[in-house]
Amino acid sequence: MIPVAEDIGSEALLRMFTTFPKTKTYFSHLDISPNSDHLRCHGKKIVQALAEGARNISTLATTLAPLSRFHAYLLRIHPTNFKLLNHCILVTLACHMGDNFTPVAHAAIDKFLSAFSAVLAEKFR
Amino acid sequence: MVEWTDAERTAIIGLWGKLNIDEIGPQALSRCLIVYPWTQRYFSTFGNLSSPAAIMGNAKVAAHGRTVMGGLERAIKNMDNIKATYAALSVMHSEKLHVDPDNFKLLADCITVCAAMKFGPSGFNADIQEAWQKFLSVVVSALGRQYH
Repeated sequence: MIPVAEDIGSEALLRMFTTFPKTKTYFSHLDISPNSDHLRCHGKKIVQALAEGARNISTLATTLAPLSRFHAYLLRIHPTNFKLLNHCILVTLACHMGDNFTPVAHAAIDKFLSAFSAVLAEKFR
Repeated sequence: MVEWTDAERTAIIGLWGKLNIDEIGPQALSRCLIVYPWTQRYFSTFGNLSSPAAIMGNAKVAAHGRTVMGGLERAIKNMDNIKATYAALSVMHSEKLHVDPDNFKLLADCITVCAAMKFGPSGFNADIQEAWQKFLSVVVSALGRQYH
């Protein structure tokens, strides 16, 4: 998935910013217009972090500890927003995978994204 | 009152026109029952839901998926008055069916995913997704409105 990390990541972010405009409030420091360098770069970072988590899926809490601290103490993103990005990642995958995005694949990826977000949010309090 | 821009109206009606509701209804409902298994609690009379294959082949699930899309059609035809259009349906889901309204959003998300699969990244671009999800969130809100 890595070669298309930028495409999937930036498309998911764009979908999130368009469908849920309040999520843009966390990005006032970046240019998040469609196809901007910032959007592509940030989308790539997110997908690469997800891929890293998937490679070490049984030790998510350890692998993601630095990211978890970052989201809790520095970014302080309202936890409901993780679900919004997860949903847009799923929609992006559905668009590109078509029939290959079977209900079983959907369930597995949704489960993984939920577990990933839970680790990111676990140090919030 | 919900305000729809011309672009949103066009996107929503346009998308609806291209959907095959006999296809997407069964697909979305069976996907919901598989991805969010707790939703199966409302379908104990539907027979075999023991595996994804069983759910996807279940005739009652398919029939009910088509019923749900029929309900959505009423919202499409009454976009400026979804709240009133759905009042009786909301009462039914609360008083008779006892469905936790948080689950409506899950089915709405599955309908969205099925549309995304069908139309791909340009047919279901970010602006179309925004309009479609706004429409579904109005529907979900109207369905939950009569709960007390």
